[in-house]
Amino acid sequence: MVSGSGLLAVMVMLPFIGALVPGLMIRAGRDACAMFTAVPTLLALIFLGILAPEIMAGGTVTAKIEWLPALGLNANFFLDGLGLLFAGMILGMGLLITLYARFYLSGEDPMGQFYTYLLLFQGAMLGISVSDNILLLLVFWELTSLSSFLLIGYWKHLPEGRQGARMALTVTGAGGLAMIAGMLILGNIVGSYDLSVILQHGDEIRASEYYLPALILILLGAFTKSAQFPFHFWLPHAMAAPTPVSAYLHSATMVKAGVFLMARMWPVLAGTDEWFYIVSTVGLITMVIGALIALFKDDLKALLAFSTVSHLGLLTMLLGLGTKLAAVVAVFHIINHLTFKAALFMSAGIVDHETHTRDIKRLGGLASLMPATALIAVVAALSMAGIPPLNGFMSKEMMLEEVAHTDWWGGKWPIIILATVGALFSVAYSFRFIGHTFFGPVRDDYPHHPHDPPTGMLLAPGFLAVLVVAIGLAPSLIAGPIVAAASTAVIGGGELPYYSLKLWHGVNPALFMSIAAVLGGAVLLWLHRPLDKAWIRTPRPEAKAMFDRVVAGTVLGTRWLIEGTHNGAISRYLSIFVVATVLLGFAAFQGGGLPEQTREMLPVPPLVGVGFVLTMLATLATVFAHRNRFRTLILVSVVGLMVSAGFVYLSAPDLAMTQISVDTVTVMLMLLALHFLPKYTPLESPLSMRIRDGVIAVIAGAAVAALAYSFLLTDMSPISDYHLANSYKGGGGTNVVNVILVDFRGYDTYGEIVVLGIAGLTLYALMEALLNGPASRRLRNWTFPPDRSRDRHPLMMVVATRVMMPIAALVGVYIFLRGHNMPGGGFVAGLVISIALLMQYMASGFAWTQERKRFEYHAMIGWGVIIAGLTGAGAWLAGAPFLTSAFGYFTIPPFEEFELATAMLFDLGVFLTVLGAVMLMLYSLSRMARYAGETVNLEPMDYDPSRRVDAAIEADKKDDA
Amino acid sequence: MNHWIIAPVVLPALLAPIIAFVMRHDITLQRAASLAGAVMLTAIAAGLFMLSADGSVHVYRLGSWPAPFGIVLVLDRLSALLILLTSVLGLIVLMHSAASGWDTRGRHFHALMQFQLMGICGAFLTGDAFNLFVLFEILLIASYGLAIHSGGKARLKSGLQYVIMNLAGSSLFLIALGTLYATTGTLNIADLSVKVREIPVEEAALVRVAAMLLMIVFAVKAAMFPVQFWLPGTYANAPAPVAALFAIMTKVGAYAILRMHTVVFGPDADAIGSLSQDWLMPAALITVAIGGLGVLGSRRLMPLIAFAVLGSTGTLMLAVSAFTPYAATAALYYLLHSTMATAALFLVADLLLARRESGDLLRAAPATVQNGFLAALFFAAAIGIAGMPPLSGFLGKLLVLDAVRVADYTWLIWAVVLVGSLLTIVGFARAGSLLFWKSTSAAFAGPEPAPEEERPPANTIGPMLAAPSVLALASLAALTIFAGPVSRHMEATAEQLFDPSAYVTAVLADQEGTKDPSSKSHGDEEAAAKGYDESGAEAGTPSEEGH
Repeated sequence: MVSGSGLLAVMVMLPFIGALVPGLMIRAGRDACAMFTAVPTLLALIFLGILAPEIMAGGTVTAKIEWLPALGLNANFFLDGLGLLFAGMILGMGLLITLYARFYLSGEDPMGQFYTYLLLFQGAMLGISVSDNILLLLVFWELTSLSSFLLIGYWKHLPEGRQGARMALTVTGAGGLAMIAGMLILGNIVGSYDLSVILQHGDEIRASEYYLPALILILLGAFTKSAQFPFHFWLPHAMAAPTPVSAYLHSATMVKAGVFLMARMWPVLAGTDEWFYIVSTVGLITMVIGALIALFKDDLKALLAFSTVSHLGLLTMLLGLGTKLAAVVAVFHIINHLTFKAALFMSAGIVDHETHTRDIKRLGGLASLMPATALIAVVAALSMAGIPPLNGFMSKEMMLEEVAHTDWWGGKWPIIILATVGALFSVAYSFRFIGHTFFGPVRDDYPHHPHDPPTGMLLAPGFLAVLVVAIGLAPSLIAGPIVAAASTAVIGGGELPYYSLKLWHGVNPALFMSIAAVLGGAVLLWLHRPLDKAWIRTPRPEAKAMFDRVVAGTVLGTRWLIEGTHNGAISRYLSIFVVATVLLGFAAFQGGGLPEQTREMLPVPPLVGVGFVLTMLATLATVFAHRNRFRTLILVSVVGLMVSAGFVYLSAPDLAMTQISVDTVTVMLMLLALHFLPKYTPLESPLSMRIRDGVIAVIAGAAVAALAYSFLLTDMSPISDYHLANSYKGGGGTNVVNVILVDFRGYDTYGEIVVLGIAGLTLYALMEALLNGPASRRLRNWTFPPDRSRDRHPLMMVVATRVMMPIAALVGVYIFLRGHNMPGGGFVAGLVISIALLMQYMASGFAWTQERKRFEYHAMIGWGVIIAGLTGAGAWLAGAPFLTSAFGYFTIPPFEEFELATAMLFDLGVFLTVLGAVMLMLYSLSRMARYAGETVNLEPMDYDPSRRVDAAIEADKKDDA
Repeated sequence: MNHWIIAPVVLPALLAPIIAFVMRHDITLQRAASLAGAVMLTAIAAGLFMLSADGSVHVYRLGSWPAPFGIVLVLDRLSALLILLTSVLGLIVLMHSAASGWDTRGRHFHALMQFQLMGICGAFLTGDAFNLFVLFEILLIASYGLAIHSGGKARLKSGLQYVIMNLAGSSLFLIALGTLYATTGTLNIADLSVKVREIPVEEAALVRVAAMLLMIVFAVKAAMFPVQFWLPGTYANAPAPVAALFAIMTKVGAYAILRMHTVVFGPDADAIGSLSQDWLMPAALITVAIGGLGVLGSRRLMPLIAFAVLGSTGTLMLAVSAFTPYAATAALYYLLHSTMATAALFLVADLLLARRESGDLLRAAPATVQNGFLAALFFAAAIGIAGMPPLSGFLGKLLVLDAVRVADYTWLIWAVVLVGSLLTIVGFARAGSLLFWKSTSAAFAGPEPAPEEERPPANTIGPMLAAPSVLALASLAALTIFAGPVSRHMEATAEQLFDPSAYVTAVLADQEGTKDPSSKSHGDEEAAAKGYDESGAEAGTPSEEGH
């Protein structure tokens, strides 16, 4: 014995698993493809059949699979009467549609895709109908939106298909999103997202203060899906889909999902005034408007589409009435609507297929040409009109009877009149569908001469038409049990009210209303021609145009907003950043107090005062002179020097050395770089903007100064005390700055040299991209300024730098070696050596110097990073963590005792990286220069006086000779 | 001490220079090394993930120095999770780069990639605030190099904006760290956690400022309003695989906030209170809105995706900003999803744009080869980023919506997130319909295709090229199917995050095996004393941290 819950879970999964098949089976032919699409549906239907008896006996089948318990979202399924009804409709219709589509789709349409989408959609619908978790229901709900998007847009080469698909997705997607919020509120009220739990808590939900928002949000989902006014407009445009899709989506499935949801939630949401007035009113309006528009539609499918809207309105209104009997009627009408509407869509599809038109004004007289189709269509349409003895008659009678007993907006008459008018229109368009398509004279101008289609195509609608008659004749026998089971589920268990499914209910108000509707409908059809003219003349709001305008307007609005703000104006980005920072910093500052001041202000010695003033002046001058870039560079270097002086004054020789050498290298490189840039910054921003930026800058600067000032007023015990105490004992160095750099926080330094290494790589890659791109053309056409020096490599400089070279190198080595114990270290040493080399390049030109270099800068960076990394990793061999240092003291006569530390090896890595990175930058700049046509000098200097002397001596010798 | 903890940093850091300087002349060699490195990294990350899964916190004390004086790496569930995510993403992106040939369109692609992975892993591992700054620098410079890979005017321009914005962020980072150090005297995250909690609110002004400034710094990385402006341009112009890798870059910002503003500046610290939440939540909300609006308003595909990334980041930060364990669970689940969805979308877009003659401008053009296949991939990736079922984004979004109910203005958050989703859905539907459907309309039905042998070799997508995108999408499917186990792990991770005591204890207590300088000294005690005096005299500056 297979467990029911297992069957249920597998049943839900079947269409999704099956969806993989058609795409492949299409390679075996169209018949095989259709057949293999039917298999999962058929299997699921069989499973459902196995489960059905238990449900019909009043039981439920549940399956629980844990999915996301943290959220309360679980793959819980349960099958009760309502679920059974819908699952049966979805699967049964799925099977019929599969059959019908096999004959409908032309050879050019990709059938595999079609069936895949169809199965996905079917799975999603099936999921909705058996979900026992409202979050799971949401999952399937959104899946129907997505899969219907694919189905409606199936004929993707047609603009109507694409637009219809997008419109459906937008409207139903929006509703679905609203529903997410509604469901979350509902779950919050109850404390569980399980439907079976929620259904137990109706009173609690209706009493909650969040009832109304939840109701509105959930109804938004239902109304959009079920095309209720004012969201009804998407449905007719979804008719751009192939007819099997329309028949499926608009009879049994997609649009019924909203009705299903209202029925599902009926026990907890219905029964309040809010529910009654919102739902019944919307339903009634939709019913009347849909029927009215349907009467004047010439496209067969559009007529049926608006008829569907109208019938969905009818169902919504019934559920909205809130009485149990109305709910029963709704369930019964759901079945009846499915049978006749699907048959009608399929017939319309056949007519389209055979005559190549769906325009009712170009049709007529088809009854004699395609009798079988006509028979099916006429039976179904009469049922739609509510003519006895067909099933549509019965549910309509019951609806009218129910309406006749309802007080609505202060009386019985408004609803009676509106419902009768709706029914009247319904009769009229049904008669028009019959009369103008199948009767009347046979024409000779059909786009294609029609005849009945192959039997396969007639099977599905024929079967449905038989159902229409059968339910009409023996309602309790065929539909009775399922109506009872489903209705019990809708009203939330308990006794069903008294009702009887039969044709003759005696002489009651409904009968009069019905007679009025039929007679009125016939009159309307008789008057159709003049009415149609009047309708065409009357201006009406065109939903599609409005929708398109709204979407286009929104797109333009967002585009304006987004492109206006994200337009690459970096100065605005930065000013927003700075302003936000200051404001948030201030807001945070306000929330707390300052600790007590523990430090006294120090007196300002004159020397410091001078430095301070100089810094300020240089900064101010930079602001005013910044358009002249060379001058700015000089001024900025003054600031750099003053900062170094400050470090010296505050006894931080390491920092001072680093600052000076970094400053020197930077200024030199920037001077070289400026060569390729405009010498002046143009004035681009208006005065107002400059004032704005100035104000922002001053405020931000003041804020940072205030921040620094306030934290300098208090003492604290920093971790650096430990560093001071343990530098020598633990790190083997007396220069605590260096020990911090290479030992305590060597990992930071490692990171920083990696940064340098990456900068080198990036620079190289960037240069490569530039010189291979369009920029290289500009470089090639570079014209040198006329005031260019004629003596680029002056003698004095060449001689001076040559003399300096060994001294500088020696200083570099010295600084490197002493670094661990005295101010210095790899970083500074690298910079010192770079400066020495930089000067050679400046003096004699890059190419000349390049010829004399013995090592690759590129590789130097790499080796630096690798040496530092391997030094760190070396500690692993000793079982110690990365970068653990070791040091020892050695004596090799005749030297004094000296120290060797692994930290020095690490420092060597730093040294190499720094040197390599600086040299690579220089190399890149010189490459640009050579691209720009800079000549390469072969001699160390442009003008070599010794050569002249030699030449003179030569000449003298010659003269002597 | 488990040396594998530092492997995610050291492995790419040693590999990168070798690739850059030894293998630079042969792309095949570079690819092999880089991919091998990524595979090893993934294996190591998986190992570390297992190691941390039991909830233990592993501390790696660099240089054997005791915390808080040296730098520590801390491996807990959160860092291990993110390293695993990074390595998997890195592997996928590297596969795509190699298969699509992006790595040959400029120099040093693989080396920069390895450095980038090093930086990201390092940032997730470090237990030191200043070291985080250093790693941010590595991230920044490497990502800049990658963002301008293969050059081009638009790319260089947006790359410049990226680097300027982020340098401004780095400067602010230094100011914030200075303030923090001046207030607490430490930079070790665990130590900060203790010290910040000792500060009474009457004296908290400065530490609050530091917390807020740091949040802005991280917000720049995460691209949140009002410092999100750089992202759309940079992502849209970066090479697509790089943009895919950048999916994890915004998460570094999110991670930093998640780490620093719980462990250090958590709501349980008197000095901070609800400060972080008060400001982060509105900012995240506006970011979500900008993302949605941008998706709908974009004229080009790449900016459209970039704005979707913004929306996704905003959603993630919303969950972060609630600062509750449950919200952090939601945030972490969404983070995994958002990273892979973004990556998938960029990779798919690259497959498409490489075959589309009219570039990424959203206008109808003749269909490319394999229109149907590309459309299917795009559809799936768009579903992912828009947060629609059946992919994990929907679950993530539900979790986030469910978790942000702590706020006073839940209704507003829900409204913005849901409307943002709608705008995203509509935006992607319009784009997809234009790119894949309209291209098949009769107007573009060109002349009859030439006979087979005369046609130029079709630029078809082979299995090697499709695999990375498909893998990224498959990971979303896996996240959906295994949502239960994944969320349970996220729950455990969030709990660990919101109970920093284990973190603090692991770092600060039980420091056996570290250097104990008192036992180790040079034989001559006097010299030692002398050395100490000298160094003390020379280096008495308060800001030794500056390099």
